[in-house]
Formats: sequence, C-alpha cells, structure tokens
Amino acid sequence: MAADLVTYTLRLADTALVLGHRLSQWSSYGPTIEEDIAMSNLALDLIGQARLLYDYAGTVEGKGQDEDALAYLRDEHAYLNLLIAEQPNGDFAVTMVRQFLYAAFMQPYMEALMRSKDATLAAIAAKAEKELAYHVRHAGEWLVRLGDGTAESQARAQAGLDDLAIFVGEFFETDAVEKAMIAAGIAPDPTSIRPRFEALLDHVLGEATLRRPVFSTHHLGGKTGRHTEHLGPMLAEMQVLHRAHPGAVW
Amino acid sequence: MTAASALSFDLARARVAVGAVTDPEIPVLTLDDLGVIRDIRQDEAGRIEVTITPTYSGCPAMAAMALDLETALLTAGFKEARIRTTLSPAWTTDWMSENGREKLRAYGIAPPERATTRRALFGEETKPACPHCGSGKTAKVSEFGSTACKSLWRCEACLEPFDAFKCI
Ligand SMILES: [Zn+2]
Repeated sequence: MAADLVTYTLRLADTALVLGHRLSQWSSYGPTIEEDIAMSNLALDLIGQARLLYDYAGTVEGKGQDEDALAYLRDEHAYLNLLIAEQPNGDFAVTMVRQFLYAAFMQPYMEALMRSKDATLAAIAAKAEKELAYHVRHAGEWLVRLGDGTAESQARAQAGLDDLAIFVGEFFETDAVEKAMIAAGIAPDPTSIRPRFEALLDHVLGEATLRRPVFSTHHLGGKTGRHTEHLGPMLAEMQVLHRAHPGAVW
Repeated sequence: MTAASALSFDLARARVAVGAVTDPEIPVLTLDDLGVIRDIRQDEAGRIEVTITPTYSGCPAMAAMALDLETALLTAGFKEARIRTTLSPAWTTDWMSENGREKLRAYGIAPPERATTRRALFGEETKPACPHCGSGKTAKVSEFGSTACKSLWRCEACLEPFDAFKCI
C-alpha cells in the first residue's frame, strides 16, 4: 500500500516536473515578452507542485530521498510521467495545445483529488487546482486565438492537436497500482473526469474552429517508465549540473 | 512577573516583530496584510513558532519570507524562532486585509476581487478598475504578469499599464 502510494505520487510529481521543465525551455524564446513571462510562471507553478509531491513521496518512502534526489538522480526508466509531458515544445501552437490538453484534464482531476482520503495529497491538490484553473484559461484563450486566427496559425494549431491526440488516451488508463489507490479512496478514477474534459475541449475547439481529433490509446507506458525517445535527452540536460556537482547549493 | 504573563508578553512582542515583516516582492504589503501568517505561538521552552502558508505552490518568495521572519524575531531578541509551512487550508486572496487592498491600490496594483470570480472561464471575468485613474475601461494584456500572483492589464482611459493581483 505504501509502495503504491509512493508510485502514484511520483507519477503526479514527474508529470508536473517534466512539463514544467519543458515550459522553462521557452524562457527567453517566447513570442512576446508577456508570453515569455507567462510560460515561466506556468513552469514555476508546475515545478512548485512537483516539489510538494516529491517531498511527500520521499517521506512516505522513508529511505531518505529528498526532492533533489528524486528529481535529479533517477534515470529515464524510473520516471513515471505521462508521455504528453515529455513531448518536445515544437512551435508555440504545439506548446499551447499540449498545455491545454494537460490542464483541461488535470484541473478537474485535482479538484477530485481534493476529496482524497490522503490529507497531504488533498492539500496539495487544493493549491494545484486553483493554479491550473489559470492554466486552462491561458492556454484555452490561445487556442481560440490561434485556431480562429490566420490560415497559418490555424494549420499549426490543428497539426499540434492531431500530433498530440495519440497521448490523450493515457490520461484515462489505469493499472493495478492506480486501481488500488482508487479503491482506497486516495486517487480519483480518471474515467470519471472524462466527461468534463471532453466538454471543456469541445467548447474551446468549437470557438477555435479546430477539428477534434481521435484520442487513441496506442501510446501508453509513461506511468510505468516506458518512454518516447524525447525524455532521455531532456533529463540529461536537466540533471547534468546536479550530477556533476552533487549537493551543490547556491 | 509571573511565568504566564511573561509568556503572553513575549507572544505580544513576537506579534509586533512578525507584523512588521513585509512581502519581499510587494514591499508595501506586510505578510500579515497578505494573509500568509496563519499562527504565532510559543512553546514551554520559550521558542516562537510562526506558521505560514504559501500563496502559490511554486512561489519563489516563500524561502525569503521564512528567512525574513526568522531574522525579525532574532533581531527582536528571541533566541530561537521556527518557521513552519502548512498547505491546508489553501491560501486565498480573500484572506488579504482591507488595509492591504488599499495599500496595493495606492502602490499601483489593482487588488484582487472579493470572493473568487476566477471560475468564469472565457471572457467572462470581472475587469479590475485602473489603480491609477479608477476607470473601469481596462483590457487584459497577459494572464501572467511580473509574478505568478499577478496578471498584466492596460487602462483604456489613461493608457497606463498596470498589474492586477489575481483572485485565487
Ligand atoms: Zn487609468
């Protein structure tokens, strides 16, 4: 049970950290100064959520691993994030599509997690849910602006949506670990989130005049450490400093 | 002085010291105005413990706040001060004092709306009044401003840009 709780918490933490790191890669490359700052702020929210979750996972595990050990000293196959989080930034439209798909699922998911029987997860979810509500609005407004914009911006947003759609099925897949957490009243059942996710998506895609793609379940494995080819290089860059100078502080 | 009154005297002094500590990013606001100070207590050994709650999960100012509080208490003569962080209940802008809201406005930042209007998802949100001229004719420039807790706006009457504290 404790081992399942550690795994489940790490999945949430890893997804938040990996997506947060991806967004931080936009820093100084944003299309405008306002968007540059916005993406750094989104990254900060996600990395902040990840830190709280790592801290808790390390405490439950009880082997003395702190947030840095969990973030910087685990290899690719020990990472348990959703595959969508590790996908490359692509162009700005791809990043906004990825952000919208994630936030539109995770905001109602965190709202459900606030009712968890695990008091710490419920408290972390209460903070994350409020933050994600702004992420949904930010990315949603961009989707509308890009989709209902020029032919070029619409084509790019649609391409991003079609490419990333294959990773959406994974949101709703559960394995034995997650089923145990659901049965214990600790985790929400992600399939119960699906109607709200789809309603929100349809509303935004409608305004954005974008076509809703098919969400397949062919690309699974992130939650059990089987990743796309993109995670390894990202982690190498993210972890190199800490591994080269263990315990360094500044 | 009896032991009990020494304790309450210490606690009163601690409250004064803590009450003077300001936000590292918005120096016109005290942490008390912001609503992040959840509890101040003293244990039998005389140690002061202050409980704070983060505004945002990733707020980079939290470490600075804890350090500033500890410094203020040590400067006030306390030998030991502990700063504890609690997540629950989650901080909300509704905890910001009325005084704090006025100070924000005078500083040029539109204060947060009362009782969370953030549920409005697309285009239905309440517009903040311009903190410079008071006009309600304002337009959002970006959902995220200079910090995670603020969004960026522009006044269409006086044409000045301004930060608005987000309702959370
Ligand atoms: Zn004005």
